[in-house]
Amino acid sequence: MSESMILIGGRSSSQGTSLCAGKLGAEYIDVSSTLEMNVEDMARMGLKDNDRVRVRSAVGEIVVRCKGRAAKDLPSGLLFIAYGPLSSALMGGDTAGSGMPLSKNLDVKVEPAA
Amino acid sequence: MSANITNPPLKTAAPAAARTRVVRDATCTFCGCVCDDMHLTVDDETHKIVKAENACVLGRAWFKEHGIEDRPFALIDGREAGTEEAIEAAAQILAEARFPIIYGLSDTTCEAQREAVAIADMIGGNIDTTTSVCHGPSGMAFQGVGESTATLGEIRNRADLLVFWGGNPAESHPRLFTRYAVTAKGMYVPNGKKDRTVVLVDVRRTPSAAVADIFIQVKPRRDFEVLWALRALVKGADVDPDIEQVTGVALATLQDLAARMKACRFGALMFGMGLTMTRGRHFNSGALLALASDLNRYTHFIAKPVRGHGNVTGADNVMSWQTGFPFGVNLSRGYPRFNPGEFTTVDLLARGDVDAAMIIAADPGANFPQSAIDHLRRIPVVVLDPKLSHTSRHAKVAITTATYGISVGGTVYRMDDVPLTLRPALPSPYPSDETVLKAIRQRVKELLGGGRVPAPAHAGVAA
Repeated sequence: MSESMILIGGRSSSQGTSLCAGKLGAEYIDVSSTLEMNVEDMARMGLKDNDRVRVRSAVGEIVVRCKGRAAKDLPSGLLFIAYGPLSSALMGGDTAGSGMPLSKNLDVKVEPAA
Repeated sequence: MSANITNPPLKTAAPAAARTRVVRDATCTFCGCVCDDMHLTVDDETHKIVKAENACVLGRAWFKEHGIEDRPFALIDGREAGTEEAIEAAAQILAEARFPIIYGLSDTTCEAQREAVAIADMIGGNIDTTTSVCHGPSGMAFQGVGESTATLGEIRNRADLLVFWGGNPAESHPRLFTRYAVTAKGMYVPNGKKDRTVVLVDVRRTPSAAVADIFIQVKPRRDFEVLWALRALVKGADVDPDIEQVTGVALATLQDLAARMKACRFGALMFGMGLTMTRGRHFNSGALLALASDLNRYTHFIAKPVRGHGNVTGADNVMSWQTGFPFGVNLSRGYPRFNPGEFTTVDLLARGDVDAAMIIAADPGANFPQSAIDHLRRIPVVVLDPKLSHTSRHAKVAITTATYGISVGGTVYRMDDVPLTLRPALPSPYPSDETVLKAIRQRVKELLGGGRVPAPAHAGVAA
C-alpha cells in the first residue's frame, strides 16, 4: 500500500564530498540513492533501515534504500534525498515559464519495494 | 586550420628535489564562498595536494580528490583522441547546427565564460548557465524587486541578526558560518556569535539548526505566505492567527521575528534554493527581497542568495556584462533576448528545440529532468569537463580540461559579487576551458567564413 508524501531533494555533506571523487564513484551512487524518512512513517509502513522503497512521482519512479530520521528532524510525511540522477528522475520538465523545474517538495507515492 | 594545441605526456617525471611545497592563500572553488585563505601542501612526486589548511570538509575533499591525470585528452564517439582533433569535431558540430545551445559555465573561470558567450554570439545560438536551475528565479526577482545587498565582509563585520531561509549552509557552505557570519568576529560584532542572533527558517531541521538561536519550521510550499505575513507585520498590519494552520508557524513566532528584524542594527537575509526550487519560485525570492527592502525603512537590512558553484556568480556577471542578461539568453536574431521558460536549457531540451549542445563544466545528464536528458541523448553534444560525468559519457565529443582553481588561474566571483584571482597549485597536462574555447571559437569563425550566423537582423533592412 503506497502513501502520499513530499520529497525534498538537496545537498548534504557526504553528497558534496563524494561528488569530488566523481559522480560515477561508488560513494556518490550510494549517497544519492539513500532516502531519508521519518522513523514513525517507516514503522507504520513496516520499513527498517536499508529496506528498499519505491518512490513514484507524476513523471518517474525510482527504487532506493531508506534510512530513518527522528521526527524532530524530519516531520511525518516528508522525505529527503541528496541530489543525483535518481532524484532527477522524479522531476518533471515543465518549468512554468521560469526555467526551473520543481526539484523540492515533490508530491510522491512511497511503498515498500519487493 | 589547426588549433595548435599539442598534448604533453600524461605522466610527467617528478622533480628530483623539493618533494613538497606549500602554496599559500590559494582559492577553493568548490562552493560560492570561494575561500581564498587555503594553504595547500603539494606533493610534486605524487602530483597530489596532501593537505589543505583552513579548508572545510568540502574543500578538503575538493583538493584531496584531485588526481585525474589518467583520463584521455578527449573522446570522440567513445574513441580516444587528442585535444586538437576534438576541437575540430566540436567546431564542426557548432558551425553546422541550426539551433545550438551552450550551457553550464558555473565551474570555470570568467575568462572561459567570456569565450563561451563569444561563441554563442557568433553561431547565433542560445547560452544559459546553471543559474537557471539554481537561483535563476532569484535573478528574475532581482529584476522585478531590486536587491538590498552587501559583501560578505560587511555581513561579517556588521550583521547582528542573520536569517538563513531555505538553505543548509552547515552542509553546503560550511565556512559561511565560521568565516563570514555566525561565529566570525567582526568590527561591530567583536564577540562573534554572542553579538548576533541567528534564525533558521526551513521545512526540516537540518544540521544548520545547531547554530541557530531560533529555528522556525515552515510547512512545505508555504514560504511565500510566511514572507508575506512578515511583510504585513513589519508594516504594522494585522495578521490572522489562522496563519499557523496554513504555514505551521504561530503568529506569535512571526511577530517576534518581525520585531527582531526591525530592532536589529544590521540584518541579513541569506536564502537558498529552498525558495527557488519549490512552488512559487521567483515569487518566493521576490517576497524575501521585498521584505528586506521594507525593513530598510526601520534599519539596515540586506538580502543575499547563497550561491552553490564556485563561479556561478561569475557566470551571472559575465553574461550580464556581455549580453545584458544573467542567464537564458538567445542570440539567434543577432542581438540578445532574455526569456526564462523559453531560452532556458531545461525548457529548450524538454521541448526538443535545440539540435546541438556544448556543455561546459556542468552535468545536466545527472541533474536535469528525464525529458531533457532524453533530448540531450538525441543530439550531438560537446562536453568540456575535468571529470567523467553522466553527460560526458554520452557526448559525441568529450574534452578533458584542467580544473579551475587547482590547475588553472583566472578570475572567479564570490557569491557576493566580489571578484577573486585564482592561485593554481598544480600544473596539469590538460588545457584550460579558456584555451579550448578560444580554439573552438577561432575554428568556428573559419568555418563560418569569418561571419556570424545568422546575420544581424538590421543587416537585411533597406536603408
